[in-house]
Amino acid sequence: MTDTSTFGDAFFADAYAQHSAQPDEHGHFGRYGGRFMPEALMAALAELTEAYQKSKNDPTFQAEFTHLLRTYANRPSLLTDAKRLSRAAFEKGCGARILLKREDLNHTGSHKINNVLGQALLTKRMGKRRVIAETGAGQHGVATATAAALLDLECVVYMGEEDTQRQALNVARMRMLGAEVIPVAIGSRTLKDAINEAIRDWVTNVDHTHYLLGTVAGPHPFPAMVRDFVRVIGAEAREQVMTLTGALPDAVAACVGGGSNAIGAFHAFVPDASVRLYGFEAGGSGVETGLHAASITGGEIGVLHGARTYLLQDEYGQTMPSHSISAGLDYPAVGPEHAWLHDTGRAVYEAVTDDEAMQAFKLLCRTEGVIPAIESAHAVAGALRIAPKLRAELGREPVILVNLSGRGDKDMHTAAAYFGFSGMEA
Amino acid sequence: MDTTTVSKLSAVLAAAKAENRAALVGYLPAGFPTVEGSLDACRAMIEGGVDIVEVGLPYSDPQMDGPVIQRAVEHALEAGTNTVDVLRAVEGVAATGAPTLVMTYWNPIERYGVDRFAKQFADAGGAGLITPDLIPEEAEPWLSASDAHGLDRVFLVAQSSTDERLALTTRACRGFVYAASLMGVTGTRTAVNSQAAHLVERTRAATGLPVCVGLGVSNAAQAAEVARFADGVIVGSAFVRRLLDAPDPGSGLAAVRELAEQLAEGVRARNL
Repeated sequence: MTDTSTFGDAFFADAYAQHSAQPDEHGHFGRYGGRFMPEALMAALAELTEAYQKSKNDPTFQAEFTHLLRTYANRPSLLTDAKRLSRAAFEKGCGARILLKREDLNHTGSHKINNVLGQALLTKRMGKRRVIAETGAGQHGVATATAAALLDLECVVYMGEEDTQRQALNVARMRMLGAEVIPVAIGSRTLKDAINEAIRDWVTNVDHTHYLLGTVAGPHPFPAMVRDFVRVIGAEAREQVMTLTGALPDAVAACVGGGSNAIGAFHAFVPDASVRLYGFEAGGSGVETGLHAASITGGEIGVLHGARTYLLQDEYGQTMPSHSISAGLDYPAVGPEHAWLHDTGRAVYEAVTDDEAMQAFKLLCRTEGVIPAIESAHAVAGALRIAPKLRAELGREPVILVNLSGRGDKDMHTAAAYFGFSGMEA
Repeated sequence: MDTTTVSKLSAVLAAAKAENRAALVGYLPAGFPTVEGSLDACRAMIEGGVDIVEVGLPYSDPQMDGPVIQRAVEHALEAGTNTVDVLRAVEGVAATGAPTLVMTYWNPIERYGVDRFAKQFADAGGAGLITPDLIPEEAEPWLSASDAHGLDRVFLVAQSSTDERLALTTRACRGFVYAASLMGVTGTRTAVNSQAAHLVERTRAATGLPVCVGLGVSNAAQAAEVARFADGVIVGSAFVRRLLDAPDPGSGLAAVRELAEQLAEGVRARNL
């Protein structure tokens, strides 16, 4: 890649070119990524790659995308100085300054809308009239159904049967928006099986259908393309933190399932050597119990859904079921760029358990009046964990940027069940 | 590998051609209904007239398979079928003398160790691998291992493949080329896709290798139709369906044998 432009130049006046050499032309981030997909999809992947590369240098496309982000998705999203959270979380004088990047305030309630608007515009450019998507918690499905309604595209969303029951509200939202939701009743009946079913649909209907993948996983060009559509998160936050504090943050924290919000938050900071990048994976009941979704912390290298990356698998390469209280992190693999950032040491990945995430969830509700998605609560918990360590290293109060990737309305059933009503009153 | 040696697979395809017919390739997954049961079913296919056997390696995420094979594979995995069982099944099938391929998604092979699998598979008498989610650009370890252990390698081509990709993919193939008859996943269809013959023609322009056609072929009439333009006819879901629908193992084997007999007539009826 030789171009130095990016989506919405007005937004992103940063050092994109310095680290845009990844992936290579075949979609490899070091040893990760690539294209492990049926030959039948190679033409569509090539077409998509071409459309995506062209759009990067196309002022009309960028203007259209930026316009939608500003006038429809509610960008730029706010930066909130979470002073009460910091005071409550730490003994006096031992704290951190925690800044929240408020992706929860986007239209549809999460960072997913950024990628979805970008890909939906590309779908129109490719002359396709139908989009399909997978969804776990339903956030990506709702965002896709929203963009499809706005841009007049037919929309089918695949969702594991188990998830359609856990996230009934989001199923209703998607149907209200005009999408067809198809429950997937094979395999583990969760996100990974919804992806399999979406791939089967795609290979059958590829001539008029775009697979609007919701994260930085899958075959090339998805990991790079989705990253470029969500990197607005970090690009905005970088400017906002500089304006607020006069300096770069000391660390950026984000939750990692497939990893799209984390890549979005990290990417603009990758060239800033002083900024530590922390990805917090879903530790479930604890990585040592085997009941988790921490692919980097507790998985091994393999191939799933089109890319080589870290994944949860048994000794024969069968995908292992993942476990997390957060449906959006409940995925047994991770985007290949995260695998690469981990191996190069540029980013650090740790697991946060269900319990740690839920404590942080409650604390953020009570101190800031912000109900986060349980996914995002993993990032808050992680930030609270690393603060004392950073403080010791730096000899001063660290500034930690936390990507609050989504809002928690969808999680009220789960939270009420977790805390019990007495817990909610405590 | 001595590249002048004709592999057993190539010999069987050549013999079918000499008889002015297409070869019949039958697929069944290992471990369904049991490892032993799948071995019996493969033998029944061969008794019925299948020339080449594809043993499916059960995988948790079979993206190219429709509901019939998904169900059988899910059952096999729940029963604990693993890669070692697959190698055992290969040994049993290969002992019949029929060329025995394994159809597998890539991760189980990578996880087992590409060279380790290739060696044990060759020792078991296996002929080669069909790899539906592996393209030659990502296949370097398998290209080396298959050379080192004298194994055939079958990549897929599709209607959407450009001429450039047909050339690239067929160059990497050995044994035969697998032409997917339609854009879609495995499963029976009511009619053979009209574009299948065109894809075979385009593939022949790129390679001298035999071209076998799979996806959607389920009965003698369809086999005969495909046999008119292809070197081999690949049937999978229809065999699996016979086992799924059978009230007991014995009648399942009988149904598989009967289907194989019908299809074997079909691949010989190309000139009718």
